[in-house]
Amino acid sequence: MNPLGEKYLRKSFLPFLFCPGCGDGMIVQSFLQAVDELGVADDLVLAAGIGCSAWIPVYMHFDVFKGLHGRAIPAAIGLKASRPSRKVVVFTGDGDGLAIGGLHLMHAARRNIDMTVVIVNNQIYAMTGGQVAPSTGVGSRTQTTPYGNLEKPLDGCKIAIAAGATMVSRWSTAHTRQLTKSFEKAINHKGFSFIEIMSQCPVQTGRYILGSGVPKYNLQWLKDNCVVTKDYSQWGEVEAQGKIPVGDVLQIEKPEYMEEVLKMNQKVKEEAKAKGGDR
Amino acid sequence: MKKGRVKVMLGNEACVEAALLAGCRFYAGYPITPATEILEGMSRRLPLVDGLCIQMEDEISALVSVVGASWGGDKSMTATSGPGFCLMQEAVGLAVAVEAPCVIVNVQRGGPASGQSTSTAQGDFYQARYGSNGDYSLIVLCPSTAQEMFDHTIKAFNLSERFRTPVIILSDEVVGHIREKVFIPDAEELTFVPRKRPTVPPEEFLPWKADADGIPAMPDFNTGYKVPVISQAKSLDGNRGNAKEADENIRRIVSKIEDHMDEFAEVQVYGDEKAETAFVTFGSVTRAARSAVDMGREKGLALRSVEVKTVWPFPDDLVRRALAGAKRIVVAEMNLGMIKREIERVIRQPEIKIELFSKIGGIYPQPQEFLRFLEEKR
Repeated sequence: MNPLGEKYLRKSFLPFLFCPGCGDGMIVQSFLQAVDELGVADDLVLAAGIGCSAWIPVYMHFDVFKGLHGRAIPAAIGLKASRPSRKVVVFTGDGDGLAIGGLHLMHAARRNIDMTVVIVNNQIYAMTGGQVAPSTGVGSRTQTTPYGNLEKPLDGCKIAIAAGATMVSRWSTAHTRQLTKSFEKAINHKGFSFIEIMSQCPVQTGRYILGSGVPKYNLQWLKDNCVVTKDYSQWGEVEAQGKIPVGDVLQIEKPEYMEEVLKMNQKVKEEAKAKGGDR
Repeated sequence: MKKGRVKVMLGNEACVEAALLAGCRFYAGYPITPATEILEGMSRRLPLVDGLCIQMEDEISALVSVVGASWGGDKSMTATSGPGFCLMQEAVGLAVAVEAPCVIVNVQRGGPASGQSTSTAQGDFYQARYGSNGDYSLIVLCPSTAQEMFDHTIKAFNLSERFRTPVIILSDEVVGHIREKVFIPDAEELTFVPRKRPTVPPEEFLPWKADADGIPAMPDFNTGYKVPVISQAKSLDGNRGNAKEADENIRRIVSKIEDHMDEFAEVQVYGDEKAETAFVTFGSVTRAARSAVDMGREKGLALRSVEVKTVWPFPDDLVRRALAGAKRIVVAEMNLGMIKREIERVIRQPEIKIELFSKIGGIYPQPQEFLRFLEEKR
């Protein structure tokens, strides 16, 4: 076994439930490299909801909370608030994170609460058998858009930026080294960080949308279509060519929610003490 | 004589006072009439004790974050009313499945849907028990006074920690908004139940293996135990369970509560315990029924009022005992007959008349109406 697996996987839970050729295993490895590099295993909490990507944390030997569909972020907020020194990472998917849980994504970004939200985007509802997702392209045929998708896809990175995330990156499973670096940056970032990972799902996206269920074809599709574009102002041009821009596009400093909470609590307590009462 | 102080306060304020005393340090909520005073009170008070009160984007995320904070190590709670309680139901199931101690207050108002936001009702009786999906059990307490809002809140935190379960306080608008005297005991006069902690090192710990009482130990996250907490039916080590493991998991979650009802079930009798005519009430209606019993006594009528304080799991035996000898049972409630169905299930003697005195539309029953009901329906 890979030494990282030896060190960090919950071996009694193996094998993974992921299909052969799935990108989720690559994401596990990329993430574990970052965790190992930073040495934060004991401070980590991983949260997830429902879907293929939601199983990513379960196989890792950390404290893991895998709850309801779309609700990983609010669970993560409770976990962060109860001990702010924790490093909280949420694993979600394009359905879990952008459809049913989309509201929570916006509000967590708005609060700039210190956590990392990782959206694994395979452009489809994979676990339920290949239905249209909010990330599915126009015209794509899925099990619930048999005549082609009429709806424009949502861009998670743009939502995160607009809502107030202070670190935003997008990579793909064809960029695992860059992804590891982004994981490291995100875990160390003080504030709300967001990483979208374009990932292959040969079984659903491959067969129904891209025209091939062969894993290699699907990974090659990501290599051919994801264009490293580190300047966010140029993302529009890349998109206009029908490609997917990837890169670290935002990292700024803004007041972090839990730090502000602790400061407020301190101030309120001192004021109450000066007044000689508790209210 | 217990040491403490007396204060005039709203039922909702009494709930805040008790939650802080019980050690609640995380509150997440969403504004909704008639429960908002609890959110407002917590937002004022929690910062003073190094806690956090957060107004979430909806009631779903409010209760989910409460469950997260519970696993994070905080005593945590939320409060809402009918429509918000609907949204919370998926997270009620979550709290049950991941066995997270937490307290949920539902200050009932009229329904269905938006119903009557400022009026009282008791229509969430079954929703409190059966609102989420699948087989489960939980504890539901029904206060009828501001004092009971205080007492039940303390009790709710203790029971949630003891049984690792969500405990629901099923209040209503009358109890939430009544302003009356509340005795607040000093902290040392109260008993607080601590969370059951692992007694073995992490490498020997099976997170979902229960002790003889059906309740597994619960380590906080980041204390070395590295627990997999999943909302699925699970094996003892925390993975997806097979059919047998799922069966055992679900049965244990139910029996850990229902096998221990003697620890918390509470039914009171007010008035003449041998009276042939008995009212059955819960929540705020209890108050009017007491006055009716008193008024009846003055008129020479022997009456008793059976007050169900812990409505779920329904205390069949205690209710049966409290109703022993009654020939006429009048169930008084602010819905179209919910607790009445439970009474009909528990009292299966055809010679005993079980009648419904029902008030809906937000009108609280007057004591005289109880007596008029007895006369008119005779």
